Amino acid sequence: MWKQLVNADLLRGLNQAAAAAGAAVVVMLLARIRRIHVERETLIALVRGLVQITIVGSVLAVLLHGPAWTSVFILAFMMVAAAATSARRARRIPGAFRASLYGIAAGTGVTIALMTLLGAIAPGIATVVPIGSMLIANAMNTNGLALDRFRSEVQSHVGQVESALALGAAPETAVARYVQSSYLASLIPAIDNLRSLGIVWIPGLMAGMVLSGSPPLYAAIYQFVALAMIFASSGLTSLISTTLIRAHAFSSAEQLVLRSGSET
Amino acid sequence: MASSAEVVLRTDHLGRTVSSRALVQDISIEVRQGDVLGIVGPSGAGKSSFLRLLNRLDEPTSGTFFLEDRDYREISPRELRRKVGMVMQTAFLFPGTIAENIRFGPEQRDVRLEEGRIDELLRQVGLDGFAARAVDHLSGGEAQRVAFARALANSPTVLLLDEPTSALDDLAKRQVETVIRDVVRASHLTCLMVTHDTEAAARLADRILVLEGGKVKRIGPLGEVLDVEATR
Repeated sequence: MWKQLVNADLLRGLNQAAAAAGAAVVVMLLARIRRIHVERETLIALVRGLVQITIVGSVLAVLLHGPAWTSVFILAFMMVAAAATSARRARRIPGAFRASLYGIAAGTGVTIALMTLLGAIAPGIATVVPIGSMLIANAMNTNGLALDRFRSEVQSHVGQVESALALGAAPETAVARYVQSSYLASLIPAIDNLRSLGIVWIPGLMAGMVLSGSPPLYAAIYQFVALAMIFASSGLTSLISTTLIRAHAFSSAEQLVLRSGSET
Repeated sequence: MASSAEVVLRTDHLGRTVSSRALVQDISIEVRQGDVLGIVGPSGAGKSSFLRLLNRLDEPTSGTFFLEDRDYREISPRELRRKVGMVMQTAFLFPGTIAENIRFGPEQRDVRLEEGRIDELLRQVGLDGFAARAVDHLSGGEAQRVAFARALANSPTVLLLDEPTSALDDLAKRQVETVIRDVVRASHLTCLMVTHDTEAAARLADRILVLEGGKVKRIGPLGEVLDVEATR
């Protein structure tokens, strides 16, 4: 196993990592000349990033040779971690973790299952896990944006929300426009990625496929497939989490609890 | 005034404490049909906090209150809020037209307000012909009058006014006060109005409740309470 892990590819990777880290250190030194001190943070981030991704790579190297059903557990673990990360953005909303977990699990789970059934994702742990993780990571970002935006929208429109409640509106009606704007705002990166595909950027998946010998045209089309899947899973995640989170902004007596500042 | 009328709203040792801080303490009062009760007191006296409990925007932590002899806990929050209308310090109109704002309350109960009723409400608040206008370019006084009409559209049993003129200039303040006084008197509305302006209270209220430190300091007929306050 050790021989499998330590080979020419690993050594080549470490050399490339050293070159890339060297570039980061040069930037750090340039910042130092301008009396901007980021040495400690940069070095910690570089070492931590390399160690983390190497550990993950090692685990994947072992797991990717395992049975296909283990991909379910790997993806489930990623979903929980993603929910915990994006829920931190909305930690002042009670129930943020649960809403994030349900949103991410449903949004990405449905997309991965459906796309695998339709053949857009080749069955097998070696494809399901990397593509699944890409969908989960994007859903995490979209979910975090949606919850953060919802919190700030509601907190900056407390008067409008309470005016609606005071007129006898249901909580979901009182925050409907803020749920809509949070949802739209959270999808802007996914929409822009699709819109600018190939013009502003050539994304990593396509670059990786071309570098590993896939025909460029197929790699380009598959990049579109990946971004469309990201849009679908992120959109579904955000739709579910914003729907769930709005209930947590109110008490059982339909009073707005998601308020900043103290009462007077 | 109206001393023989039936009691519409009764609070019984009502209070709210947040993080060991008592915002409202032990308030027991009665408000009768057609009463206009002015609530005065210094900043932080608990005036707005008291009003928010009656619309259940905040939850009482002690005591209770009764609306037409029903404990507030027996009434759903939405029904209570429809019956106990509230106009806030700032109008907080919803984007759209004035008519859409006025329709909002009844729409929550699937009631479509007739055009004639909207026109009538706007006439009452001195905004005849404003129905189709967007709310974006209204002055502060006009916006507050729309908020007042919007609350009236729900046909509330009790109307709470939380410093409705405090954010307005003197001219707009007088105009809004006149509208409130005329509508409240003509409709024989039961009203609780918070104000920091004793003169405004004198112009609009029949009775005065003075709060201090969240507690009732004094309550009684207008002249009597203001005379006592003036001599202190």
